Amino acid sequence: MAKKPNPIWSWHKRVLEQNSLLLTVGIIGVVSIGGLVEITPLFYLDETIEEVEGVRPYSPLALMGRDIYIREGCYTCHSQMIRPLRDEVERYGHYSLAAESMYDRPFQWGSKRTGPDLARVGGKYSDEWHRDHMRDPRSVVPGSIMPPYAFLERTPLELDVIPGRMRALQRLGVPYSDEMIDAAIDDVRTQVDPFAPGYDDFLARYPGAPVRNFDGNERVITELDAMIAYLQVLGTMVDFSTYEADADANLR
Amino acid sequence: MADHDKMPVDELTGIETTGHEWDGITELDNPLPRWWLWIFYASIVWSIIYMIFMPAWPALPGFDGHTRGLRNHSERANVAVAMSELEARRGPMFAELQRVVDEQGVRAVLDDGDLLNFTLAAGRSAFGDNCATCHGAGGGGFIGYPNLRDDDWIWGGSYDAIRQTIAGGIRWDAHPETRFSQMPAFGRDELLTRDEISAVTDYVMTLSSLTVSADADLVLGASVFETQCATCHMADGRGDITQGAPNLTNNIWLYGGSREQIQASIYRGPYGAMPSWENRLPEPVITALAAYVYLLGGGETLAQASGPETGEAG
Repeated sequence: MAKKPNPIWSWHKRVLEQNSLLLTVGIIGVVSIGGLVEITPLFYLDETIEEVEGVRPYSPLALMGRDIYIREGCYTCHSQMIRPLRDEVERYGHYSLAAESMYDRPFQWGSKRTGPDLARVGGKYSDEWHRDHMRDPRSVVPGSIMPPYAFLERTPLELDVIPGRMRALQRLGVPYSDEMIDAAIDDVRTQVDPFAPGYDDFLARYPGAPVRNFDGNERVITELDAMIAYLQVLGTMVDFSTYEADADANLR
Repeated sequence: MADHDKMPVDELTGIETTGHEWDGITELDNPLPRWWLWIFYASIVWSIIYMIFMPAWPALPGFDGHTRGLRNHSERANVAVAMSELEARRGPMFAELQRVVDEQGVRAVLDDGDLLNFTLAAGRSAFGDNCATCHGAGGGGFIGYPNLRDDDWIWGGSYDAIRQTIAGGIRWDAHPETRFSQMPAFGRDELLTRDEISAVTDYVMTLSSLTVSADADLVLGASVFETQCATCHMADGRGDITQGAPNLTNNIWLYGGSREQIQASIYRGPYGAMPSWENRLPEPVITALAAYVYLLGGGETLAQASGPETGEAG
């Protein structure tokens, strides 16, 4: 009944398992390979990010929107990653670039699409649509199973925490300047009011950022302002007119 | 450790044990199943073959971003090829649609079965991806988002007008040629008193032959309408598509037709926006969309089934 042992198996037993020093060296070797494969590429991350124009850090209001997006777990149903597949490019637009999430910590690529991909949702719908949709998704998409997020428009945005969050991102390498952090709370107020005195300075700091009252309520800056400001900028930053998609370095 | 050749053999199974014993419990020393072991070895071999032929190692210095592999495989290059194949297959039909629309007008599409099928298919798929979210899957609209199936048009229902609306959007700041108009918020900005708003609400309802209460002050309502509303909505309330002022006489209401809804619209001055699609969708797709929306049934002159494109009512 005894099976004839596999030669490699019996070599393993005879040599490795009975010689503690060899076994230790073998273990170190195997673990190092795993470590090398997983860790080394991180030192060359910069080379994986395409060179593009237009991608900048989020404005403070959009940054808060992003935090709310994470807080509410939007990523569990919405991806932000258009894969380089024909059907996705047809439906959502240009496939996502690494450069587009280089200031996202953590990135929001996601792995599940119960709802649609949101990588290029910026500018696809009006603010009013987002308002209606957050209040009651079924009022505009009858078949939707998304829960309502009506409380966002009733919850004032917490402003005090913004400089601290920007400071944390700055330490992680997001290019927020000290000036940007100092002006953060004013910039939030400016982004919801096109007639604010800081309008030009704000746009100099965050070129192309949409400036308007996002939730339609001029009395208070709400979490819905932040959320819509974030959604309306998604996927709109890269200047594709200067991006060479078929350049050798960008093909992967 | 003892010589492994002399490991004790388990009596019941006839298999060697490891020689370890805990309170009389010993451990069989079964080898890993062969099928499992060989699949394991094969996967190691496969991974090496894969690394040789396919892109595998990111970011190694000297490899221009990543190793390319002998096949020089690239998903991004593949999708570019797939898109251009798609373009090559659809391109001629899109070009034909553009030519027919330009030279003979959109209604000529109805005379060519293949072109009509193509236009409806292309339009429906682009509509589903981009427009249905607001205007509904069938174009029926919701409160605040116009119905595209009826023959009531705020900015004009000719093919050209529809195309311009799609391309530039409505009140979409990012597009220089977006359609723009703004109704004042008569209540919120305190341009009218409560009584005046109430009276003009009743008057507007009578324009669409809706029933109003017996004590409605229609005289005051008519005078408010004449001074405040008639500039855009016209004295007879039929609206003006050049200003995007809706027709108030046909009982079709963008923001709802109940008394409360009409009054709320006058109070707040609706400011609905539609995105511009010019830089988002390719030109031929916008053409197909415009033709599709026109052909949904509400396109002007098609619905009226008469003469050239003149009567752009409402």
